[in-house]
Amino acid sequence: MTALLERVAKAASTTAFGLSAAAVAFFLFAAAIVVGFLFWQTNNLLTHQVLGVLTAEARILSSEMKVGGRAKLAETVGAMSRLQGTGLYYLADDSGAKIAGNLNRIPPELTNDPHGGVFSYQPAGDNAPHLAVAIPVNLGADVRLIVGRDIEDQRAFADSIRWAFLVGFGVLSIAGLLGGLAVSRLILNRMDAITSTSRSIMDGDLARRIPMSGRGGELDALAQNLNQMLDRIEGLMSGLREVSDNIAHDLKTPLNRLRNAAEAALRDPRGGEAYREGLERTIERADELIKTFNALLLIARLEAGPLEESIETFDLGRFVEDVAELYSPATEEAGFALSIEAEKGVFVRANRQLIGQAVANLIDNAIKYSRGGEPGSAITVRAYRDNSTPAISVGDHGPGIAPENRERALKRFVRLEASRTLPGTGLGLSLVAAVARLHHGEVRLEDNFPGLKVVVLLSPKCLVAAPGADDSDVAAGIAAQ
Amino acid sequence: MTSSSSSVNHTAGLSRRPAAGPLNRESREGQDQNNAMRVLVIEDDKETAQFLQKSLKENGHTADLAADGEAGLSLASDGTYDVLIVDRMLPHLDGLSVIKSLRAQGDRTPALILSALGEVDDRVKGLRAGGDDYLTKPYAYSELLARVEALGRRTAPEEQQTRYAVGDLVLDRLSHRVTRGGEHILLQPREYRLLEYLMQHAGQVVTRTMLLEHVWDYHFDPQTNVIDVHVSRLRAKIDKNFDKPLLHTVRGAGYTIRDGPA
Repeated sequence: MTALLERVAKAASTTAFGLSAAAVAFFLFAAAIVVGFLFWQTNNLLTHQVLGVLTAEARILSSEMKVGGRAKLAETVGAMSRLQGTGLYYLADDSGAKIAGNLNRIPPELTNDPHGGVFSYQPAGDNAPHLAVAIPVNLGADVRLIVGRDIEDQRAFADSIRWAFLVGFGVLSIAGLLGGLAVSRLILNRMDAITSTSRSIMDGDLARRIPMSGRGGELDALAQNLNQMLDRIEGLMSGLREVSDNIAHDLKTPLNRLRNAAEAALRDPRGGEAYREGLERTIERADELIKTFNALLLIARLEAGPLEESIETFDLGRFVEDVAELYSPATEEAGFALSIEAEKGVFVRANRQLIGQAVANLIDNAIKYSRGGEPGSAITVRAYRDNSTPAISVGDHGPGIAPENRERALKRFVRLEASRTLPGTGLGLSLVAAVARLHHGEVRLEDNFPGLKVVVLLSPKCLVAAPGADDSDVAAGIAAQ
Repeated sequence: MTSSSSSVNHTAGLSRRPAAGPLNRESREGQDQNNAMRVLVIEDDKETAQFLQKSLKENGHTADLAADGEAGLSLASDGTYDVLIVDRMLPHLDGLSVIKSLRAQGDRTPALILSALGEVDDRVKGLRAGGDDYLTKPYAYSELLARVEALGRRTAPEEQQTRYAVGDLVLDRLSHRVTRGGEHILLQPREYRLLEYLMQHAGQVVTRTMLLEHVWDYHFDPQTNVIDVHVSRLRAKIDKNFDKPLLHTVRGAGYTIRDGPA
């Protein structure tokens, strides 16, 4: 019993219940005004009708008095009193003695009232007193006449209406409140599920999800959104965990090397010359660390959201060709045949510097991870339009990445074992992936038969027709080429 | 303005050609000693500020220090400095506001922004605020010095020359012709721009990053040293068949083109 009371009390304290109670109260208030007005109007109408009849009767009786005097009046009143109806009469002389009529006395409510009014009387055939309306008729000093009407029927009618409304209001409010309780109970159950899920998530169980009813509707949409948000948070959290693990490895190792180099120089018996070498090596190591750090920060920044300030419109093909050409002497020296296939006129609105960084990283990776100077050592850089998707690809004929390792290779800091010994931050490909994501695109690692082909797809939304007239700087830039 | 305008250009699109650079006075050779600059360092980190002051002094310049934005702004408003080095995050008044206030007063003293924020957007914001160059912490001092000297020695664009000469090497900006000792040298467009930038800064050290930013308009890390190969190809064309080398490598810093010992 107490459990039920508690549940009711809990339901009653909810917003849903409060809202339905407020709605019921408001509805009742409005209904009461309407009903009250109707009641008042009806009452007025009936009263006017009765008063009209009484006034007409009074006029007839006073003309009787004028024509036939008091005797004639008494006769008429007597006749009318005997009729079975609702008419009530009382005729008395100036001393107050009753002459004719079906009322026994002047109703005490009316004795002092010159305008008449409502009174109750005891009719002959009924036990309960009836309600009536009467007006006095002024017929001179020696006669007192009161004409009235029994309004018990109207009163009963009004009473029944009042009852009907009271019962109706009662039923309405109870039904409304019960409905409110039921609705709030329903919502509460769902909310309880959400609350308990979020509590266990707060306690550290990030894998929990909010159950869905499967019926659709707003609550399911809310649950779905919350679940998606939780997925994202879980992804970010595990990303963070992974990153901090990898930072520990990939930053601490060079830090340790830096420290070792400095210590070794200090211990070196050669002194001055060794110190210089040691310091130079320290600076080199510090620069490597800074590079790793910068790449890490850049990835973090790219994943945090768009960089609006530095979006430009440019010809992707021309730009990629340009960046590749920057590398062409370096690739040639490393023993690669560099071929550039850039489709011109693919204009995009994108972050030019970041796209450049991505292309640079890909070419740099191709040089680093595949062997130059052998027959067939070639790097192919392409920029093209795949339907409406601007795309860049860099392919090499090196060892490639096994299909099962490809997804992992795109993650931050991941360096596949084979490459651990090579210089680099291990962030090159993840940065490329982050740049692609920033442009709502993706990175695909494909087989280059043999070797690796990295395809960067930008979102088709990046594609623009051609620089417009408003981009006069761009037009000038092209003209200057 | 020069460096700023070229940097702003890159944000606008494809214009990869750097805006016309600073003037090269032909009489510059060997003038380093008498080309001391007055530098104002607005930096709240005392150790960094003192390091800069000491290092700039060793390079023949004088440096005043201001530890916060307000002090920096009032010192800089005197207008007697050749270059301002402004840290971006400062107490009281941040670096960008200092530069904005100065520019609003009509003060065009070249400003190098130093910042721990090195992202693409931050650089663009810095240059839009009126900065002339942007260097991300941590930096190599040689990089900072080269940039400060490049800023301090430039002149108004209208004073720029149409012809640069270093020794017997001549670059004519109207005809795009390069000659050495009267002999025509055929350069690729990129090699021409590389030489043009080096000659604009004749006698000064130009770092690899400066070349990447101004000749290629790339503000990203190329990962490997791609500039050296381009410079050595240029060197092969302008120096190889001549007795006296003009294009020198400055160890640990970059390159310089000058008639005389490196």
